[in-house]
Amino acid sequence: MAALKPGTLAPSISLASTPDQRVGLSEFRGRPVILVFYPADWSPVCGDQLALYNELREEFAKFNAALLAISVDGVWCHLAFAQNRGYHFTLLSDFEPKGEIARQYGVYRDNDGFAERALFVVDNDGIIQWSFVSPVGVNPGADGILSALEALPRWPS
Amino acid sequence: MAVVSLTIPVGKDDHTQGSAVAPVTLVEYGDYECPYCGSAYLIVKAIIKHFGSKLRFVFRNMPLNEMHPNAELAAEAAEAAGAQGKFWEMHDALYEHQLELGPDLVRMLARQFHLDVTRFEDDLVSRRYRDHVKHDFISGVRSGVAGTPTFFINGERYDGALDEESLTAKMQRKIDLSK
Repeated sequence: MAALKPGTLAPSISLASTPDQRVGLSEFRGRPVILVFYPADWSPVCGDQLALYNELREEFAKFNAALLAISVDGVWCHLAFAQNRGYHFTLLSDFEPKGEIARQYGVYRDNDGFAERALFVVDNDGIIQWSFVSPVGVNPGADGILSALEALPRWPS
Repeated sequence: MAVVSLTIPVGKDDHTQGSAVAPVTLVEYGDYECPYCGSAYLIVKAIIKHFGSKLRFVFRNMPLNEMHPNAELAAEAAEAAGAQGKFWEMHDALYEHQLELGPDLVRMLARQFHLDVTRFEDDLVSRRYRDHVKHDFISGVRSGVAGTPTFFINGERYDGALDEESLTAKMQRKIDLSK
């Protein structure tokens, strides 16, 4: 399975963010979106990686970019995790059918039953402009995301 | 895997100890409240002793504030102490009292180091060093720092084991190469 490449239209997403709310990628049309697929809530690397993005929210806001983090964990697990860590971004639950969205983006690990540690930057028109798959145990940091955001065409706001 | 390099070279805004012409420069991105940085502090102390005049050590801030609620205060307190010539004293003391970080500790340390306490407190209240800390943080992110502590040896990110022996060996190789 290979991650979707730049130039591809980002597959639509509609996933639960809380027990009674769903979030769709189309809601962010007109803004860049950072999609962060990660293996699991609570695992040490995921925590560090998301903690870094949490600190960078002002930087991402300079590009008017939204950040959506996606794993196969259920909404209650996400709620507890987000609350425990003080995250200020949305965690989406790719829970049923399990990993469906990760599969569509080409970043599902069939043998493990969870997503790759994968990043996508989607532009204002819903086109993937950058993608990166990190080894599962390696925190990819944020430099690639910031460079990808900087490379997006600037629209008058 | 490609070598990841420090994007902002060591410069006049950095806190350094040791000679600018030392054959090896070790840069740390650290968070005063991060337990791994607390362990790394002891390793760095031993390494400074081991290499002596052959080493220049540089510390840059990378506080993860949501996870570590006292990390930003600690970072700004070290900068404020630095403005009065006591950066390393504060840096060391913060790591040595990592479990007691907070306003009481930094105030107590400011008195202990005979700082101008009024000025020190003003600097903290006015958040004078917030931008400096932020600048360090972003420079780390742009250099591929994904978590703390992260070390760079002569500008190249160190991805090896975080123990005294491995770090020392890698640094010694850099010194041998520079001869």
